[in-house]
Amino acid sequence: MNTMNSTVTSNNETTEAPAVPVQDERPAETIIQEGVTVGSPYADDPKFKLRDVEVFYGESRAIKKISLDIARNEVIAFIGPSGCGKSTFLRCLNRMNDSIDICSVKGELMLDDQNIYDPKRDVVELRARVGMVFQKPNPFPKSIYDNVAYGPRIHGLANRKSDLDDIVEDSLRKAGLWNEVKDRLDATATGMSGGQQQRLCIARAIAVSPEVILMDEPCSALDPIATAKVEELIAEMSESYTIVIVTHSMQQAARVSNRTAYFHLGHLVEVNETDKVFTSPDHELTESYITGRFG
Amino acid sequence: MTDQRSQAEIVRQSLKRRYRKERRFRLYGMTAIAIALLSLVVLFTDIIGKGYTGFIKTTMTLEVVLDGEQMYLDDASDKDQMSMADFQAPIITALQKHFPEVEERKDLRELSRLAGSYASNQIKDLLARQPELLGTTQTMEFLVHDTVSVYVKHADNPAYSIRLSEQQQRWVDELVQKGVVDTGFNDVFFSRGDSREPSNAGILGAIVGSLLTMVVTLVIAFPMGVAAAVYLEEFAPQNKFTDFIEVNINNLAAVPSIIFGLLGLAVFIGVFGLPRSVPVLGGLVLALMTLPTIIISSRAAIKSVPPSIREAAEGIGASKMQVVLHHVVPLAMPGMMTGSIIGMAQALGETAPLLLIGMVAFIVEIPDGFFSSATVLPVQIYLWASSAEQGFVELASAGIMILLSFMITMNALAIWLRKRLERRW
Repeated sequence: MNTMNSTVTSNNETTEAPAVPVQDERPAETIIQEGVTVGSPYADDPKFKLRDVEVFYGESRAIKKISLDIARNEVIAFIGPSGCGKSTFLRCLNRMNDSIDICSVKGELMLDDQNIYDPKRDVVELRARVGMVFQKPNPFPKSIYDNVAYGPRIHGLANRKSDLDDIVEDSLRKAGLWNEVKDRLDATATGMSGGQQQRLCIARAIAVSPEVILMDEPCSALDPIATAKVEELIAEMSESYTIVIVTHSMQQAARVSNRTAYFHLGHLVEVNETDKVFTSPDHELTESYITGRFG
Repeated sequence: MTDQRSQAEIVRQSLKRRYRKERRFRLYGMTAIAIALLSLVVLFTDIIGKGYTGFIKTTMTLEVVLDGEQMYLDDASDKDQMSMADFQAPIITALQKHFPEVEERKDLRELSRLAGSYASNQIKDLLARQPELLGTTQTMEFLVHDTVSVYVKHADNPAYSIRLSEQQQRWVDELVQKGVVDTGFNDVFFSRGDSREPSNAGILGAIVGSLLTMVVTLVIAFPMGVAAAVYLEEFAPQNKFTDFIEVNINNLAAVPSIIFGLLGLAVFIGVFGLPRSVPVLGGLVLALMTLPTIIISSRAAIKSVPPSIREAAEGIGASKMQVVLHHVVPLAMPGMMTGSIIGMAQALGETAPLLLIGMVAFIVEIPDGFFSSATVLPVQIYLWASSAEQGFVELASAGIMILLSFMITMNALAIWLRKRLERRW
C-alpha cells in the first residue's frame, strides 16, 4: 500500500511541475561539496576500499572524487537520477570501462587490499572474482547448459563432464531456475522469457563462484512478477556474496539492500543504512530525490 | 471561426498536393523497376533463344565397313600403319551407300564434308582400342559437320543454310527423313574441352578450370579477409595509420579488375616466376581482387554483433581472444560467408585480369590439377563469342547460361546460408 502511494505521488510531481528540477538544480550544486559524503560511507575490513575515485570520459569528468567502502556480504544499492554516474562507478569495480577507449579512471580502488587498476593486474582474474549482471538480459545464443557452463569452461574450473554438470545444476538451483529448465537444458537460451533469461544470466555469473556480483539495473527490462523473483534471489544470494546493485526503483532499493548510496551529478552525496535513507535522510538532496521532487 | 475554416481548407489543398507528389514518386519507382525487368526479360530471351541449340547435338548413324584394303591397313595393332591409314574412306563409302548416284570426285568430296572432321578419328580410336574389329561392319554414331548441324537445327530459317550447297541441302534433308541424321541432347558439350570444331567443343574444361581457380581464391581470400577484418575491428588501435589502411581497403574494392591482372603479371609471373594460364595464378589474382569485398563485408558483420554479447562474455572473465573466437566470430560468420560468396560470384564472372595472365589460351585438355593450363567460364565464353562460326555463337550463349546458373546457385546459397544461420536475440 505504501509503495503504491509513493509511486503515485512521484508521478504526479513529475507531470505537474516540469520546472521544479531546474529550480532545484541551483541549490543542489551549492549544497554538494566535492569529495564529501554525508552518512557512513566507511566500514571496517571492507571488501572494496575506494578512495577519491574520478572517472573521465575524454575531457568531461563523470565521477568526482568518490570515496566509499563496500563491506563483505552486504547488499548495497546505488540510486540517483539518470546520468548521475552510478552505472559508470559500478563498472569501475570490475574494469568493464576498459573497453571504452576515451574512459580513464583515477584514484585508489582496492579489492581485498589489491589495486584493481594496477597495470599488472589481470582483468580476467578480476572479473572471475567480480561477476556482473546487466540491464538487459544478454544470454549467449547457445543452449541453456552452454550458457552456464561457459564461465567454468574458460576458467578450467571443471575437469570432468560430471563436475561441469554439477556446477551447472548448482548454479541453476541457486538462481531458482533449475526446476523450470531441467528438462530442456539443450534448448536455446534466447527462447526463454525475459525473466528467465535474466535469472539465467545470474546463474551464469555465479557459476564461476565470484565473490562479488555487480548488478546494473537487473530488473528494468522485466515485468513485476519476474522482478519479484529476481529480488527474492538477491536476498538469498546475499548470504554468500557481496552484491552491488544499481537501480532506478527506490522501492527495489528499499526491499533488497542493507545500505543505500545516493549519487548526484557525479558526486556521492549520501551513504546510510537503507532504512535511514528512506525514512530520515541526512542530506537535503537525498530527501528531495526519494520524495520524488526530481529524478 | 472563419480563420479555422480557411486553415482547414489550406491543409486540405496541401494534402492534395502531397498525395499527388507521392503518387508521382511511386510512379517513377515503378517505371524504373518495369524498365529493369523488361531489359532482363529481353536479355534472357535473347540468350536462351540463341543458346538453347547449343544443348542439342546433331549426329549421323552409319553402317561402316572397316575394310582394311580401303584404309591401307592390314594390322590395326601396328602403330606405324595406323598413323598412315586413311580412315576417311569408310565414311565416304558408308555415305555413298545412301546416295549411289553420286560418283564424281567433286560430288564425293562434298558428300564427305557432311560428316564432322573428327569422324575419322572416331574410327581410328575404335580400331586402336579393338584391333580385332578390322574387316567387320560396325554401326557407328558420328557428329555431323558444324554447317550441317546448324542447318538441321534451324531447318525453318533459310538464313542458316547459306554455307551448304543446294546439293548438300538435298542430301541432308533426305538423311534426316531416313532418320540417319538425328538430333539429341548434347552430352559432348558437358564432357569435353574446347575444340576448333564447334560441334566437338565442350565446356567441361572451362568449368573444371573455374572450379580449380575458385578453390584457390577461396582458400586464400576467405581466411585472410576474415583475419584482417577481425584484427582491424577488434584488436587494431584507432589511429591515423589504421584509418589510412581502412581508406585504402575501401579504395581497393573500387579498383578496376584489369589492374589486378597487371599486378599478377608483374608480380606473380614476373617476380615469382609462376607458370602462365594455370588455376593457381588465376586464383591468386582473383583472391587479391576479392579480398577487399570480403574484408568490408566481414567488418560489417562483426560490427553488427550486439555489444551486449561482448559485455556478457567479458563480464564472466573471458579474455579478448575468447570473446572474439567464442562469440563475435561465430555470430558474424553468416554475414562473413554471405559477403564471401558474393565476392566469389564476382570473381567467377571476372574476365579482364585473367586475359592478362594468359588464361585466354586455346586449351583442349581438361585441366587435371592446379598447375595445368586451364581457362575459365567467362574467358571461354569470350573466346567463343569472338569466333566467326555460327556453331560457336550458340555455344557462347549456352556457356552464358551455364555461367549464369552457377552465379544464381551461388547467390541462392548465400541467401540460404544467411536465413539458416542467422540468429535472433
